[in-house]
Amino acid sequence: MAPRRGDSRADSRADLAATVGRPPAASAGTVVGRSLPRREGPAKLTGAARYTDDLIVPGAWFGFTLRSTEAHARLLGLELDPAFDWSRVVVVTAAEIPGENVVHLMADDQPALVADVIRHVAEPVALVAAADPATARAARDAIRLRTEPLPAILDPLASERAFARYEIGRGDVEAGLAAADLVVEGTYRVGYQEQLYLEPQAMIAVPGEDRGVTVHGSLQCPYYVHAALARALGLAGEQVVVIQEETGGGFGGKEEYPSMLAIHASLLALRAGRPVRIVYDRHEDVAATTKRHPAVVTHRTGVTRDGRLVAQDVDVVMDAGAYATLSPVVLSRGAIHAAGPYACPNVRIRARTMATNTPPNGAFRGFGAPQTEFAAETQVNRVAEALGVSPLELRRRWAYRPGDVTPTGQVLRESVGAGVVLERVAEAADYEPVRARTAEARMARATRPAGARTDRLDGRTAHGIGLALAWHGAGFTGAGERFLASVAGVERSADGQVLVYTDSTEIGQGARTVLSQLVAEALGVPAEAVEVAPGDTSVVPNSGPTVASRTTMVVGGLLIRAAERLRADVEARTGAPFATSYRTDAAQAGRVRFDEQFEGYPGIVWDDATHRGDAYPAYSWAAAVAEVDVDLDTGEVRVGSVVAADEIGRVVNPVLAAGQVEGGTLQAVGYATIEELQARDGRYLNDRLATYLVPTAVDAPRIEAILLEEPFAGAPHRAKGLGELPMDVGAPAVIDAIHDATGAWIAELPATPERVLAALEAREGRR
Amino acid sequence: MAASADGRLALRVTVNGTLHELTIPGSRLLIDLLRDDLGLTGTKKGCAIGVCGACSVLVDGELMSACLLLALAVQGRSVTTVEGLAAPDGSLSALQAAFIAHGGFQCGICTPGQLVAATALLAHQPDPDEAEVRAWMTGNLCRCTGYLGIVASIRAAVIGEGPAAGAGE
Repeated sequence: MAPRRGDSRADSRADLAATVGRPPAASAGTVVGRSLPRREGPAKLTGAARYTDDLIVPGAWFGFTLRSTEAHARLLGLELDPAFDWSRVVVVTAAEIPGENVVHLMADDQPALVADVIRHVAEPVALVAAADPATARAARDAIRLRTEPLPAILDPLASERAFARYEIGRGDVEAGLAAADLVVEGTYRVGYQEQLYLEPQAMIAVPGEDRGVTVHGSLQCPYYVHAALARALGLAGEQVVVIQEETGGGFGGKEEYPSMLAIHASLLALRAGRPVRIVYDRHEDVAATTKRHPAVVTHRTGVTRDGRLVAQDVDVVMDAGAYATLSPVVLSRGAIHAAGPYACPNVRIRARTMATNTPPNGAFRGFGAPQTEFAAETQVNRVAEALGVSPLELRRRWAYRPGDVTPTGQVLRESVGAGVVLERVAEAADYEPVRARTAEARMARATRPAGARTDRLDGRTAHGIGLALAWHGAGFTGAGERFLASVAGVERSADGQVLVYTDSTEIGQGARTVLSQLVAEALGVPAEAVEVAPGDTSVVPNSGPTVASRTTMVVGGLLIRAAERLRADVEARTGAPFATSYRTDAAQAGRVRFDEQFEGYPGIVWDDATHRGDAYPAYSWAAAVAEVDVDLDTGEVRVGSVVAADEIGRVVNPVLAAGQVEGGTLQAVGYATIEELQARDGRYLNDRLATYLVPTAVDAPRIEAILLEEPFAGAPHRAKGLGELPMDVGAPAVIDAIHDATGAWIAELPATPERVLAALEAREGRR
Repeated sequence: MAASADGRLALRVTVNGTLHELTIPGSRLLIDLLRDDLGLTGTKKGCAIGVCGACSVLVDGELMSACLLLALAVQGRSVTTVEGLAAPDGSLSALQAAFIAHGGFQCGICTPGQLVAATALLAHQPDPDEAEVRAWMTGNLCRCTGYLGIVASIRAAVIGEGPAAGAGE
C-alpha cells in the first residue's frame, strides 16, 4: 500500500514490503512515493558489485604511508636505512610534489606530505610503493624520521588559534536573562565519533600518457578529489579523471579525506610510472582519518515562572584538530542549530573552532549539529525539570511554528514540521502514560529508607523514557548552494535511452534509486527506463558534493527541471506523450540533453559577513522517544526502543527513507552510549575495531520510523533533506531517558557505565 | 602435504562447488586465496581481525571468518562464499530476495557476510525468532541499516519460502 500524503508511516515492514517490487505505472505521480528496489541491489547481493579494492589492475604496485608519531615536531630529515635495497621501491616526499603541497579544500592549510613541521600524530610524511605489499611495508619501516619536538596544544580550551568564530543572535540576551524568573545553566561535552564505514578508504591511481592521472576510489565527492588532484599535481583539469567505484559507506568520512589518498596514490603512480593502489587497513583508517568534532557547549537559558522562553545564551567550542579541513562550516552549521528549534526573542550564540595538535576532525553525518543539538535538547529537558513541566508540554509551547524567526533572523514561512513530529512521536510511543509510570517507579525507589541500598538489591534496573526534538537545515549553509552552482542533466540518447548525469554518488543511501525515480516521474516513464551515468568526472558534471542532506532536495530538483525540459522538447517534436514517443523520436532527433544549473531558491537571502538571513532554504524536523533500562549496579544502559518521527517534505522511497532513519538512529544511539574514542598525547588509544565499539544486532533497539510530509514549495518535488536528521535527535532522547530512569543527568557523551555510575553516586551523595 | 621446491604447498579445496588445486605459500590466508587467487571478491576485508564479519564464509557449512583462517585449514573441505548463494541460473535465493524487499542493505559492503551468516543460521535453525536472529547476527557489523532491515529480511525469508539454498555447498 502506498503511503498517504502527510501520513507515510514506515513502521510496518509488512506494509513496506507490499510497496516493493510492483511494476511501476507509466503515468505521472506513481513512481515517486513507492519503495522501488535499489538499482544496484542484485550486484550487492551476489558479490558482483566491485568496490575499489576488488578491482584488478594489472601491474599495479602497492602504496603505503609513513606517518608521524609525534603531535608537534620539526621535521629535520628522513633517514633511509642503507641496508635496504631501495632499487625495488619508489619513495615520495614533500619535495617531489609537482604542484602545490596542499590538500585543497577551504583554507588550503593542510599539506599532502609534511615538509617541515609535523602538526599531529599520524600525519603523512612520506610514501612508498613496491610490487608487493610486504616489500612496500618493509621499505616504509626502513625510513626513520629525524625530528625535534615542539610543545603541543592538545586542549581546544587552551588553544589561542581559531579557524573560525561566529556570533549569531537577535534581541538583547543580557536584558532577557535579567528579566527571567529562572536561569538554568549547563555545560555539555561530546567526544570524538568515528564514522566506521565498513569499507576502509581505498584509492587506485593510473597514470595517463599525458602526465595526467585517473583515480578510482571509494569516495563521496568526485569533484572535490578532482580539484585537489589538479592543484597538488600541477595539472590542468582535463588531465585528471576521478571515478567513484561502489562505495562501502561514507557518513561524511569520505567527503574530504579521499582527496588525501588520491593525491598520495597519484604521486606514487606518476613516480613509478605504473598504477598504484592504496588501501588502508582498519587500524590505519581509524588512526589517521577524520572524526566528528569533540565539543564543549555551555547554555544559559532564561524562562519566566509560567514557562515562557525569554533568553538563550549559548557558547560552542569545537576541537578542529591540526588543520582547518571543513571545520569552519561544521562550526557554522553547529552554531546555527545550537539554540534548538525554539522561538525565543533574545538569543546569542557564540561559537569557535580551535586548532590543536591532534588529527584533523571533519565531516560526519550531522556536521556539527549533533553536538550542539545534544546540548540544546538536554538543556531544554533540564529546564522542563526545573519548571516541573513535562518535556513534551514545554516543547509544545516553544517549538517553531510558521512565522517564527530563527537566531539568524530567518522567518520560517512554510514546511515547519516541529509540531507534527512531536505529536506523532508522543502518540506512537505512548509518551505521557509511560512517563507517568516511570515517575512512579522512581518515586518508589527514592522514598525507601536511606542506607539500606534496597534500591540496588531489589530493583537492579531502572526503566526510563526520554524525548528530544531536532531540526536540520537541508543543503549547504547560507550562500553555499549559490557558490556551488551545481549542474545536473538528463539525456535522451541517440539509441533511445534516458540517462541521468550527475556526480551525486551512491554511498548506500539510495541516491541512484531516488534520483532515477524523480526523473522517471517527471518524464512519465517507468523508473527502469532511466539509467544513471557512472560517477566519472569525464562523463558527469559537477552537481556539488554528496553531503549536507542535499542530494534529493537540490540535485533532485535540478534533475526534475532538466527532465521537464527534455519532455517538453520531445513532446513538441512528436506531438505525443514522452513515454510513447521518446524512443521513436531518437531515430530522427538523435541525442538530446538538457542541463540545469542551480540559481537559488526563491526568497532566500543570506549575508556571509554577518551570518544573518536565511541559513537554509528549508529545514527537516525530527522528534524521537527513547526507552532505556539502566543497570543500577553496573551503570550499563540498554536502549530498548526508539520511536522516531521525521518530517522531510516528501517521501520519495519509503523503504530507503526508513533505512536512513533506522541507520542514523542507531549511529545516534551508539554516540549516546558506547562509541568513545579515547586520546592521550594527541594519539587515539582505541583505534581498532576490537577496541572502538559500535552497536551490534543485539545492541540495536527496536526502531519505529514514522515518515511525515509537510511539502516544501521551493523544490519542484516538495522534498527536503533526510540523511543527517536522525543523527541529531537520538542521543539527547537517550540521555533524557537515562535521567527519567535514574534522576541523574549525564552531561558528557557517551553515557558509558563509568559516567552513569559516577552520576548516580553524585546524585546519591546529594540526597 | 607435499611442499614444492620453493616452499609452496599444495591445496585442494572446493569453492562454491568447483574443485580447485593450487600451490600456495603456507602463510596464505583464506580471504586472500578467495579474493586474489580465485577472484572471488565478494568476500570483503573490513577489519582483518575477525571482528566485523564482512569476510564470513561457510566451511563445510560452518560459519567462519576468512580473515582468520589459513587457506591450508580448508584442505579437502568445501567453502561457500556469497558468490555461491544464488542458484546456478543466477536467480536469487529467498534470503537474497528478502534483503531487497525489506531494506536489508544499503552500502552493501557488509552484505555478503550478512547473507552468508544468515544462510548458516537458517541451516542450523530453520525458524529462528527475532532474538535468535539478533544473537546469531552479532558477529556481522552493519553501519548503515540499524540492523532492522537485516533482521526483517531474515525473518521474512523464514516466513516466506523457508530457508535459503546454498548452505554447506
